[in-house]
Amino acid sequence: MLGITDPPVATPTFIEWGWFSISIPNLIVIGVMVLLFALAFVLPFPGSHGKDSTGDES
Amino acid sequence: MSTEQSVEEFVPTTWTGKIRKSAQRALPYDKLMPETQPAYVASWIYVFGVLTIAALAMIIVSGTILSIEGPTWWHESSTGHFVNSLHFWSVQLFFLFMVIHLWGKFWMAAWRGNRARTWITGVIAFVISIAAGLSGYAVQTNFDSQWVAFEAKDGLNATGVGAYFSVTNLGQMLMVHIFLLPAVIAIIVVAHVLFVRLRGVVPPIDAALVEERNRVEEMQS
Repeated sequence: MLGITDPPVATPTFIEWGWFSISIPNLIVIGVMVLLFALAFVLPFPGSHGKDSTGDES
Repeated sequence: MSTEQSVEEFVPTTWTGKIRKSAQRALPYDKLMPETQPAYVASWIYVFGVLTIAALAMIIVSGTILSIEGPTWWHESSTGHFVNSLHFWSVQLFFLFMVIHLWGKFWMAAWRGNRARTWITGVIAFVISIAAGLSGYAVQTNFDSQWVAFEAKDGLNATGVGAYFSVTNLGQMLMVHIFLLPAVIAIIVVAHVLFVRLRGVVPPIDAALVEERNRVEEMQS
């Protein structure tokens, strides 16, 4: 059956730096997450003008 | 209790009434389902919690379809491949959003303002999700899952927890993956969201003074 008999996914390319090693896919994902995290602080949030600005909780 | 009677006037005589009064005092409807949020919530960093829940919903929907149709379907049919991929990528996005949510809350010190229970339930949800992810990799029923299960077995046995379960036991792992851990995650996530509603969304550190002022005013009124 397709999927069951297929060999496992090929080993990705790793970046080696002394004792530290990381696969390129993992590095890309972590990079994307850091980028999203940074953008979340700098990109303007739509529709945020004229809303409750009193700091009221509810 | 009539609709005109306030929560404070209601005198419960049974345990159900006591629970209801306690719940209504802690989480009145306007606090449980608020229509407005503080101004500081208008930031993308506050979106990643609900994105995590959206990804979780997709995981549950796609996982339910996979559980109904079974392994032959998800290995052999085009639709099965699609739903299988949908399940897998929803998990990737779930962890991606959850970790960014975690970073945001960690650097915001989101346990401030009596929010320890919110933080702790989030930590538990994160840890249980990792176990759910591992059990998912182990029940794909292909060579990947066989390899993952046997590697994980050695690691888990080294810690001693292998005395209680075996990741190479497909039947056990399937039950753990499609019932036990999803049930625990669902309960923890509901508790997490209720704690957010109970204590409110954590303010940025420089806005905490505003929150403290509001709390004092609330206590005085």
